[in-house]
Amino acid sequence: MRWLTVLVLTLITACSQTPTPSLYQQLGGDAGISAITDGLLYEIEHDNRIVHHFADTDIERFRRLLAEQLCEISGGPCTYTGGSMAESHTGFNITLADYDALVGHLIKVMQQQHISISAQNQLLALLAPMYKDISYR
Amino acid sequence: MKITLFTLTAGLVFSCSCAANSKIIATGGTSSIEGSAGGGIVPWAVINGYASSGEMAATAFISRVGVDDFTLNSVGASLAYDNNWEWSVARQRFALDSIGGELSQNIIAVKYRLAGQLLYTALPQISLGVQYKKLHDFTLPQAVGARDDSGLDVYLAASKVLFNQVAGRNLLLNATLRATKANQTGLLGFGSADNNNYRLMFEGSAALLLNYNVAIGVEFKQKPDQLAFADEQHWRDVFVAWFVNKHLSVTAGYVDLGSIAGLNNQQGYYLSVEGAW
Repeated sequence: MRWLTVLVLTLITACSQTPTPSLYQQLGGDAGISAITDGLLYEIEHDNRIVHHFADTDIERFRRLLAEQLCEISGGPCTYTGGSMAESHTGFNITLADYDALVGHLIKVMQQQHISISAQNQLLALLAPMYKDISYR
Repeated sequence: MKITLFTLTAGLVFSCSCAANSKIIATGGTSSIEGSAGGGIVPWAVINGYASSGEMAATAFISRVGVDDFTLNSVGASLAYDNNWEWSVARQRFALDSIGGELSQNIIAVKYRLAGQLLYTALPQISLGVQYKKLHDFTLPQAVGARDDSGLDVYLAASKVLFNQVAGRNLLLNATLRATKANQTGLLGFGSADNNNYRLMFEGSAALLLNYNVAIGVEFKQKPDQLAFADEQHWRDVFVAWFVNKHLSVTAGYVDLGSIAGLNNQQGYYLSVEGAW
């Protein structure tokens, strides 16, 4: 009985001392964010509603900046080197429907990557407020 | 009205090829018993269906509330455009199971989004709604003291999804202020012999999205108590809604409608099925 108590106490202590993984870690670190970025690019490419916004985009550069941004905002060891959200979307007239479509794709990709609901919602909480800088510019 | 709606639908469908359903699943809420998008008994600021900006959508629903001595059957449909406009019609049949007889009313409603976006802005989504209600047969409501067989409800609703709130889940909060003269939401007519004033009522909902497809929630609906013949009490419910996909949702709940027409403790089930296109 005593060894059981010790074991339980040890386990509880061990658990409580494990630091909560950062969102970056919950998203799967560098590999996870690469997979999300690639998944998102695939979805965009196959969506007639929004693909036209990317007609003149340097996809390699876009891919690198998107990965940097996801890495940085999720607490990873990266620095986003692109322009502000407002600057980089000016002239595109991104609509609510465009934004909804992209968020829908992000959710689909995160589901495919088996990212936890909590981590998905943490990321959405960081990305959703960017709407005001991205839309209708 | 049905013909008007049909013409409107056809007109919008042909004028913009836009049945794209871009909104995120569950963000259209479900059809309330009055036909307006919301929870089961409270209209929310959300617009029915999945039409985002520049898109249009249609929904249809059928629902039933079964409590000790009454059954409320509702059917209805709505049209939404641009995630700004919602037009809806509903027909309610309220069976007086133990008293005998039936009351019924039609509801024509419009909702317009004034500000905010449910998911994307710090400001909650805020919408203004108007519901015109008309009873079919005024005999019984008149006999128990109601003044009019029709009435207009006006409501202002604010809805907001807060991300990552409870166990990592998203929480939807809604508050609605409704100006109304309705007795038992209009089924017992509008106003009373000695009172024809609008009353301001509070309605609220909270729903936790367990995942993208399933939400559990609670609702409260404050109601006036104007008729002398019997007490009218506030309504409340708990519900679980399953958004199977963007075309089908099913909601089940447990409702407490308090006292109705002198019969106390009216509790029972709520079931609703909505189709969206």
